[in-house]
Amino acid sequence: MSGAAYRVSAAAGRARGRDEGPVQETGEVMGSRRVGPYTLLDVVAPHVAVRVLPGQFVSVAVDGPETLLRRPFSVSGISGAPAGGGIEIVFETLGPGTVWLAGRDRHDAVDVVGPLGRPFTAPPEPAPCLLVGGGYGAAPLVLLGRTLRERGLRVDFLLGAATQSRLLGVMDAKRIAGTTTVTTEDGSAGRAGIVTDAMEDVLDANGSGAVYACGPMPMLAAVSEVAAGRGVPVQVAVEESMACGVGVCWSCVVPYRRDDGVANVRACLDGPVLDGARVDWPTLRTWWAGGAQSPELTP
Amino acid sequence: MTSGSQSQQVVDVAEARPAGVDLSVDLGPVTLANPVLAASGCFASGREIDRFFDVDRLGAVIVKSLTLEPRGGLPTPRMAETPSGMLNAIGLQNPGLDRWLAEDLPWLLDAGVPTIVSIAGNTVDEFGALARALRRVRGPVAVEANISCPNVEDRDRVFACRQDTTGEAVRAVTDVLHLPVFAKLSPDVPDIVAIAEAARAAGATGVSLVNTLPGMAIDVERRRPRLAAVTGGLSGPAIRPVAVRAVHQVHRAMPLMPIIGMGGVRTVADVVELVLAGASAVAVGTATFVNPMATLDLVEGLPGWLAARGHTSVADLRGAVSS
Ligand SMILES: Cc1cc2nc3c(=O)[nH]c(=O)nc-3n(C[C@H](O)[C@H](O)[C@H](O)COP(=O)(O)OP(=O)(O)OC[C@H]3O[C@@H](n4cnc5c(N)ncnc54)[C@H](O)[C@@H]3O)c2cc1C
Ligand SMILES: Cc1cc2nc3c(=O)[nH]c(=O)nc-3n(C[C@H](O)[C@H](O)[C@H](O)COP(=O)(O)O)c2cc1C
Ligand code: FES
Repeated sequence: MSGAAYRVSAAAGRARGRDEGPVQETGEVMGSRRVGPYTLLDVVAPHVAVRVLPGQFVSVAVDGPETLLRRPFSVSGISGAPAGGGIEIVFETLGPGTVWLAGRDRHDAVDVVGPLGRPFTAPPEPAPCLLVGGGYGAAPLVLLGRTLRERGLRVDFLLGAATQSRLLGVMDAKRIAGTTTVTTEDGSAGRAGIVTDAMEDVLDANGSGAVYACGPMPMLAAVSEVAAGRGVPVQVAVEESMACGVGVCWSCVVPYRRDDGVANVRACLDGPVLDGARVDWPTLRTWWAGGAQSPELTP
Repeated sequence: MTSGSQSQQVVDVAEARPAGVDLSVDLGPVTLANPVLAASGCFASGREIDRFFDVDRLGAVIVKSLTLEPRGGLPTPRMAETPSGMLNAIGLQNPGLDRWLAEDLPWLLDAGVPTIVSIAGNTVDEFGALARALRRVRGPVAVEANISCPNVEDRDRVFACRQDTTGEAVRAVTDVLHLPVFAKLSPDVPDIVAIAEAARAAGATGVSLVNTLPGMAIDVERRRPRLAAVTGGLSGPAIRPVAVRAVHQVHRAMPLMPIIGMGGVRTVADVVELVLAGASAVAVGTATFVNPMATLDLVEGLPGWLAARGHTSVADLRGAVSS
């Protein structure tokens, strides 16, 4: 291996990396706006922007008296591309990290590492694609929808949330999709219920041959089971609590059926996009219920 | 506090390499090009961080603790952020020594980075078996015996909580290996010097100080522990004073014994602080989670820091705190 194999990018602050793979880059906030209860941040980070694919995420350094770790967010869009390219993230304000990020102004510096993880991939056979999003989980799906459309594939959306204001991406979805179906738990928009209540109908109506989903983990479990039950390939972007985001701490694991047995794979490196039919949802449900025992695993 | 502020202190490449600063350090018989090491369990196979920079820029890599059998580890959540630190309960997930030897060691050797193999046994016998399995392995420069892991023959208390179990576990390794052996100790003991002396008496070349501190955090809304395993190990800046104290005490008692210091190191000044306390080399764990470039930043930043203060050698600063 040779010596210093990184770049120092004067324009973007600091970006050191290889031609492929993730980089660390000091980005500049170009805009921040509210989208319902969410905040959309547009960050100029050209080295990340040229590399990112739908489903990948970035981890963002946040400041605060007691925070330490970066926060992971799906990339929801590309702005100002190709040169001076930016990335967009959409997030819910939950704790100290997201509160700090929501307070960033135009031209503030934000330290970004990305793109991280494996992206969504095209369906094995050309087929109409159903994109299922829950809450802010719709974030990476618009980017994915555009990419699938560019490949000449039909795209339909099924978007759900607890209530109307928490739906994300409906207008963007309508621009690219054949059909856009909405569900809300309180019935304030679209069909009353959760996405899986509508999923069978939507699959039938559109002849969907591939499912892509992002949202809360229990939703991904249910969507995967519906799709797998019908033999439709399903890719899910999972969310696990992450300390490093780059594959070195093993905090973000998901039990996953590989050819050689169930293994705890890293959501940040082997995921976040995983084959929903191979995620070991029954084991995950015992973890969510506070079950302490781990199955026999092949690491 | 954050990597945001950390990145601002990074100087450019030319400035980072003033002539005439000697970064090399000795760990007993092993000489390393610089004192910045990746801490065990915080660098995976090496390939993950090599996506960001050439890992041979580091003084050495201490690999994730390896067990005899593969381990799947504990359920999630495995980590919880706490004030200026984090708790982890990974459960030593690892591919097992055999698979690591076949799949990961060749890559590290090819990358040209000095490799320190960390091993963890459930029993004294397992430490012996791990050491025997390493006897004919070429390449690693040293072994770190992670004796701050649970001893199933002692109600899961860590080996390093008592002098006798420390001595037995370390002896099981030093008896069969010719490589330098570093005993990795827990700071959660009343007398760290006594434990370090027991390790030394059992043939350890030196000690690694410190492993994580046991801790717990509770989600008060849900009235549930924040880790699936209930308790976990605390790391990060929150534990740095504990590490500085432990290194200082052990170095005072045994000034000639090499020490790999670690715990909460984030900045160049933190590296120097541990060296002044008595560390021969400094390992970095949690800071790599905050910033994948963290260890390289330290390698790059150290010469300039030393030169600006008129120092010509990092090794000269070892234990040089006045008191
Ligand atoms: C791959 C991935 C993509 C994500 N994409 C988005 C997105 O597009 N939009 C969005 O709003 N949120 C997203 N999240 C969740 C987001 O990372 C958390 O909401 C955020 O970290 C909360 O930080 P906080 O300081 O505000 O909250 P706190 O609750 O104070 O966070 C404390 C710690 O817990 C971790 N944490 C808390 N909640 C979560 C969670 N749900 N998932 C993972 N870690 C968590 C944090 O990273 C932090 O280390 C994503 C998470 C992952 C893993
Ligand atoms: C996620 C995680 C996993 C770790 N795994 C190991 C391990 O397998 N073996 C070991 O000896 N130490 C392990 N450690 C301890 C570190 O090597 C180090 O001693 C400790 O984290 C203090 O350093 P830091 O504050 O720089 O992280 C681990 C620490 C963390 C945070
Ligand atoms: S978050 Fe550290 S390995 Fe995935």
